[in-house]
Amino acid sequence: MIELNDVHKSFGKVEVLKGITASVAKSEVVCIIGPSGSGKSTILRCINGLESYDRGEISVEGARVDSNDRSIVGIRTQVSMVFQRFNLFPHRTALENVIEGPLYVKKEPREQAIARGRALLAQVGLADKAEVHPPKLSGGQQQRVAIARALAMQPKAILFDEPTSALDPELVGEVLSVMRKLADDGMTMVVVTHEMGFARDVADRVLFIDGGVIVEQGAAKSVLNQPQHSRTQDFLRRVLHPL
Amino acid sequence: MQKFFHDAVEFVPILLQGVWLTIVVTVGSLLLSTVLGLVWALMRVSGIRILVWLSAALINIIRGIPIIVLLFYIYFVMPDFGIALSALQAAIIGLGIAYSAYQAENFRAGIEAIDKGQIEAAQTIGMGWWLTMRRVVLPQAVRIILPPYGNIMIMMLKDSSQASTITVAELALQGKLIASSTFKNTSVFTLVALMYLTMSIPLILLVRHFENKANRK
Repeated sequence: MIELNDVHKSFGKVEVLKGITASVAKSEVVCIIGPSGSGKSTILRCINGLESYDRGEISVEGARVDSNDRSIVGIRTQVSMVFQRFNLFPHRTALENVIEGPLYVKKEPREQAIARGRALLAQVGLADKAEVHPPKLSGGQQQRVAIARALAMQPKAILFDEPTSALDPELVGEVLSVMRKLADDGMTMVVVTHEMGFARDVADRVLFIDGGVIVEQGAAKSVLNQPQHSRTQDFLRRVLHPL
Repeated sequence: MQKFFHDAVEFVPILLQGVWLTIVVTVGSLLLSTVLGLVWALMRVSGIRILVWLSAALINIIRGIPIIVLLFYIYFVMPDFGIALSALQAAIIGLGIAYSAYQAENFRAGIEAIDKGQIEAAQTIGMGWWLTMRRVVLPQAVRIILPPYGNIMIMMLKDSSQASTITVAELALQGKLIASSTFKNTSVFTLVALMYLTMSIPLILLVRHFENKANRK
């Protein structure tokens, strides 16, 4: 449902994506791994038009992604995003964060949006935090609200941009388990992550990206357990055995 | 001192008429400058090159012209172009335009202080530019904008006295007229000063309230 064909992207003189070709099928969970600055996040940001790309083509369910065209709004309601730093609206409660999109973008009736919002908060284990403002929540709780906010748009896919990288280690598990449940329910997910355990257990496929190109890709277990390429081996060794 | 109170009883009712006009000019130009300032600021952050350029040019032109000259221009020059305004209208429009530049810079600073991640989050749930401004950016920017906004209010209250130069009989001009006909300069201008101070104090307290509120969060 998401197709990337020879996508190039430069920031000034620095080319961060040098021809990315990949696809994500419906209900598939794809993890993107690789060193910092390799272009992982840029891929996600291009898919939902937060960044424009210079060459190649990205499409979502056949519709071309063009960040300068009005059609991008429709694509964004189908492909939600969860950020590393949560980006919840601090002036609104957890529930208000979740129903903001349904109410003001999808024009859903208020009662219905609230009922769905509460159900989504319950789904991520935060039924009792509906009226709390984000700054009073822990990082893990904030990220779970952010996931509920993404789900509230009833998207066809969710992009996760290092969803656990800003969390204290003991809070990583609660977010990953919510994500695992989503994957089990058949949500299409593209996850940029450094959590190799999650990639191994949950992902269908793993893309290893370095220097703006896909160095290696394949079934999660084969890429992570028997990497073929020396750069993948080197990267995995450093991530899994930092000492 | 007794003489002062005697004068006060005589002059305060006349000066109060001036106070009323001062309030009308201040509130009128405050509203106008707020609306215009918001328009300039939104143009400035719109990302549309021509609007950005136009707003920057307007702000610099307005900032570079003294308020008194702007007032003269609107009151004395505009009739040559077929636009004749009453002194009060000209004062409100002149002060409103003059202060819109400062309002715009304050609003812009508040808007630009909001984390880019907030705007991206709004975009990813399908919000367009205007909805993002209205629901996400402006409500958060208000807390940053309010303390300087209060200071602008105080400055506008005092600068409304410049309307006297185009014959608006607000407090300062009213005082000057009484003083020049009675020669009781000390009593009259002390009263005028006290009246400005009385109007400023609630605004000063309001600014302090805004600042406390902004710092608490």
